Parts: sequence; C-alpha cells; structure tokens
Amino acid sequence: MSVLIFIDHSEGHVKKTSLEALSYGAKIAEQLGTTAEGILLGTLSQDFDLTALGKYGVKKIYQASQESLNHLDAQLFAKIVSEAVGSTGATVVIFSNNLSGKAVAPRVAARLKAGLVAGAVALPDTTSNGFVVKKNVFSGKAYANIGLSSPIKIISLNSNSYPVKAGEGSAEIVSLSVPADAPKVKVVSTTQASGQVPLTEAELVVSGGRGLKGPENWGMIEELAKLLGAATACSRPVADAHWRPHNEHVGQTGIAIAPNLYIAIGISGAIQHLAGVNRSKVIVVINKDPEAPFFKAADYGIVGDAFEVVPKMIEAVKKLKG
Amino acid sequence: MKILVCISKTPDTTAKIAFTQNNTKFAAEGVQWIINPYDEWYALVRAIELKEKDPSTVLHLITVAAADTEPIIRKALALGGDEAIRVNADSHDSFYIASQIAEVARQGAYDLIFTGKETIDYNGSSIGGMVAELLDLPYISLATKFDLNGTVATVVREIEGGEETDEVSLPVVVSCQKGVAEQRIPNMKGIMGARTKPLKAVEPAAVEPLTSVVSFELPPAKAGVKLVPADNPAELIRLLHEEAKAF
Repeated sequence: MSVLIFIDHSEGHVKKTSLEALSYGAKIAEQLGTTAEGILLGTLSQDFDLTALGKYGVKKIYQASQESLNHLDAQLFAKIVSEAVGSTGATVVIFSNNLSGKAVAPRVAARLKAGLVAGAVALPDTTSNGFVVKKNVFSGKAYANIGLSSPIKIISLNSNSYPVKAGEGSAEIVSLSVPADAPKVKVVSTTQASGQVPLTEAELVVSGGRGLKGPENWGMIEELAKLLGAATACSRPVADAHWRPHNEHVGQTGIAIAPNLYIAIGISGAIQHLAGVNRSKVIVVINKDPEAPFFKAADYGIVGDAFEVVPKMIEAVKKLKG
Repeated sequence: MKILVCISKTPDTTAKIAFTQNNTKFAAEGVQWIINPYDEWYALVRAIELKEKDPSTVLHLITVAAADTEPIIRKALALGGDEAIRVNADSHDSFYIASQIAEVARQGAYDLIFTGKETIDYNGSSIGGMVAELLDLPYISLATKFDLNGTVATVVREIEGGEETDEVSLPVVVSCQKGVAEQRIPNMKGIMGARTKPLKAVEPAAVEPLTSVVSFELPPAKAGVKLVPADNPAELIRLLHEEAKAF
C-alpha cells in the first residue's frame, strides 16, 4: 500500500503540474498512513536534480531513463506504470489532468480495473472508510463527489487546484527496467513553443477578444502579460480569424484553464467561453459594453475602452513593480 | 473499412445546472438534450467525411444509455452513418461505459474508433483511452487533424504548448477535438433517411462499475463584480494586488 505519482516532464524539466501532483499525492499518503513514491519515464537535463523532488514528500522515485521515453507513447507508458503499480503495491495512483495524464491515466485505469476520477480538485475524503474525490463536472459549472470502490484508485488532478508544498527531504532514485515493446505510434514531427509557460499551467493569464479589432493591437496585451509574468490567451473568434495561434484559444472548444487571475479584455463572455475559464480564482473583465455577459461572472471590472484602459493598467503595474 | 463513432447525450451547453434528490441527481426537468458537441462536430463529421470519400466504408454509431436517448441517436443518424447500436444501460462510470463499447467493438472488428475529446457534462476525457487499452490498440488523444492513406493514419494531436504529428497503422482509437472537422447541419434527406436506419438495442455485458456519484455541489455564488471607474485603472491594479492578492 503506497501512493504512486506520475511525474511528467518536458524540455528536461519536471512540469509545475507534477509538483502539484507530488504535493497532493504526498498529502494523501499522509492521510492514509503510507508512503508516497514517484515514477518518471525518460530523461531530464543534466542540471536537474531529481533527488531534490524528495522535498515534495516522495521517498523514492522509479525512473526508466531511456531517451526513447521522452516521447510519450500512451500504450507503452500505461504498461510500464501498471507494472510499477503491481511491483510497488501502490493502491493510489496520481496523474496531472493534463494532456499526458489524459493519454495515459485512462489506459492504466482500464488495465488495472481501477476506478478513475479525472479532474479532481481536492484531497479525497477518506473518513468513514470511504474514498470520495471531488471533481469538476458540467464544464466548471458544478462539482461531483465521486466514490471509488476498486482496490486501486486513480486520480487525475486538475492544474492549479492544489498548492505546491515544499519541505525537507531527498528522494532515492530507483532504476526501472521497461519492456522492449516497439511503439505502435510513430512520431513524425513535433512543434512546440519553447521557453513559454504552458497556458494550462499559468497562474496569471491575460486574454484578448474581438474587441481588440485586429492582431496588430496585441502589443499591449503582450506587454501587460509580460509585466505580470502572465501567459496570453484569446477567445474563439480571435483564433478562428487567425489573429492568434489556436493553442491560445480558451473556451469550450479550446482549452480549459483555472489560473489565479484571468484578465479578459474585449471579450463579451459567451457561455462557451466561460466554460473554459470559469474555474479561474479571480476574473477581471475590461469591456466597453456594460451589458457584456462576462461582467456577471467577473470579480472585478472596468466598463471602458480597452485602448484607453490597458495602457493605464500597464503604467500602474510598472509603477507597482518599480 | 469499418468505423465506430462513440456518441453521448449531454445537456445543452446553455442548460441550467441544478440538482435534485438531496443533490444526488441532475435536475433533468425541462433540459434540452443534445449530442455531446465534440462527438458530433468532430468525431462523427470526420467519420462521415471518410465515408463520403470511400463509400464502401461501414459507419456505425454507439452509445451506452437508456432508451430515452433514441431521439438524440436519430439526430446523429440524420447527419450520417449506417446504423446505431445502443447498449441499454445507464451509467456514469467511465470504466463501465468503456467496457461496453469495447465489447461491441471487439465483435464488430472496427478499423477505426472515434470519440469526442470529452463530454461536456462529466468532462472525463477517459473513454477513448480505456477502450483502446481494453482492446490493446494504440490511442491518439486530442487529435486536431486526421487523415487516412490506405490503412495508415496520419494524426496531428495537441501536446503541451504545441502539436505532434503521428503515424499509426489501423486499427486505432482516436479522440477528436476542434480542427478535425467542421460542424454540419443535417439536411431534410438525412432527417428522413435516419428514420429507417437500424437502431439496435443490445443488453450490456456484466461489468462492475468502479465509481459512483455520491453527491453534486454547485460552486458558491460570486459576490458580484466590483466595478472600477474607467479613468482609474491604477485602482484596479491596486485591488488585484492588495485585496485579491492575485499577483
């Protein structure tokens, strides 16, 4: 009986969502009176000290350090993780509910006949001998408390739902042997914006809509985002018009995010857009139309012209940051 | 070539979300039901396009749901597809649902199984991966483009902050999202034709569900928007920093 946490990485570094998953898994282990361990498939950059992840509460990290595993193959990954669950005797497995987690966790669940809660937002309730996990449902409009009845339980944790908690400690690295299965999926090419905070992991997001009138006006959005250390996003019409790349599109048909701060500029707030951002902790709306539906979902707002308001916001942030 | 498209019934995007029976059941009264948008707009439409390109393609739809789903299935058949299979069960456990789909898929020997990226009600994004594992097939999650050349599929899928192009031999399971296809509106010929298409109900295989909904909760209501005058954005920044502690 232990808690096994899947550690996701890209560009040689462990992702922030995995630090959340480690902190979350360690807390569950504490709740259950057991230990937390990690599993990492692939290699990290030379300067990344894997043992230091012990400070998030894991005692051991199982690593399969083949470079070929730096490309996620869901079928092979599921097999490796499932075998590790068997050999370590883990009864709870934690993934991040990100793109990697969505590819691998369901496969592991089916392979182990383990109940899966995808999109958890809180620690499980393990009192009264049950195991109940709260998750988002109805595209952020409600929560469901899901009871798991299987001996092995799998949880995919939503990003920005559990704080990273660092303490003291060092993890022992245990080498993991992997099956020599040839991947059935051949990766032909990848394109990835490097060095940027992925939108799903960003704590602060500045987003622009049709109200900005054209791609040439995104300079102020980017400047405000840069000053705040925020990622940039956009609404569907903006992505459809190719003013901004599709991977910035948040909303029902784009990606769903839950940052600490979401600043929507020139976005009216259609229900499909809200479905992708309504889990944000603080929502700020800048719109010249006082009737924009977004104001109903906002915490703070300014009814005004973005072209006048945003430059003043930039000045204020500059002043604040000195 | 045989394609199976998994579809699900969901409340309309704009439906009011409320619960009854001591917050254990979704209040379905008066709710408009639709085909889960990702299943319809992307998975089903792309499958129809593949069939239009190669008319010998057999296209089946599957849903795991009670009999009251049939109007939704007919709506899907109005867009396209040869027949639909309804596994007669009502469950929200993804393992249970995936096991039922895998059972039908195994018997039907499909080359291609499509799902939407997730349902807009339970947001699990799990069925495709589970079906693939149960059938020991590769799974491409969150595809934004799908092309077929003989029995080799070229699929573009979303990865963190970018995309990846994959090649995979059929059979394969793919979950579809925006980019794979464009939404279609059924025409009158399709609607009339759908009435006579076979809609088979089959009984579920014996599978133990692994999860259950204990209760639902609505998020606490927002306090309401605090408006700052347009001539004083500095005050907004101050509030975000000092009051909301958002950065």
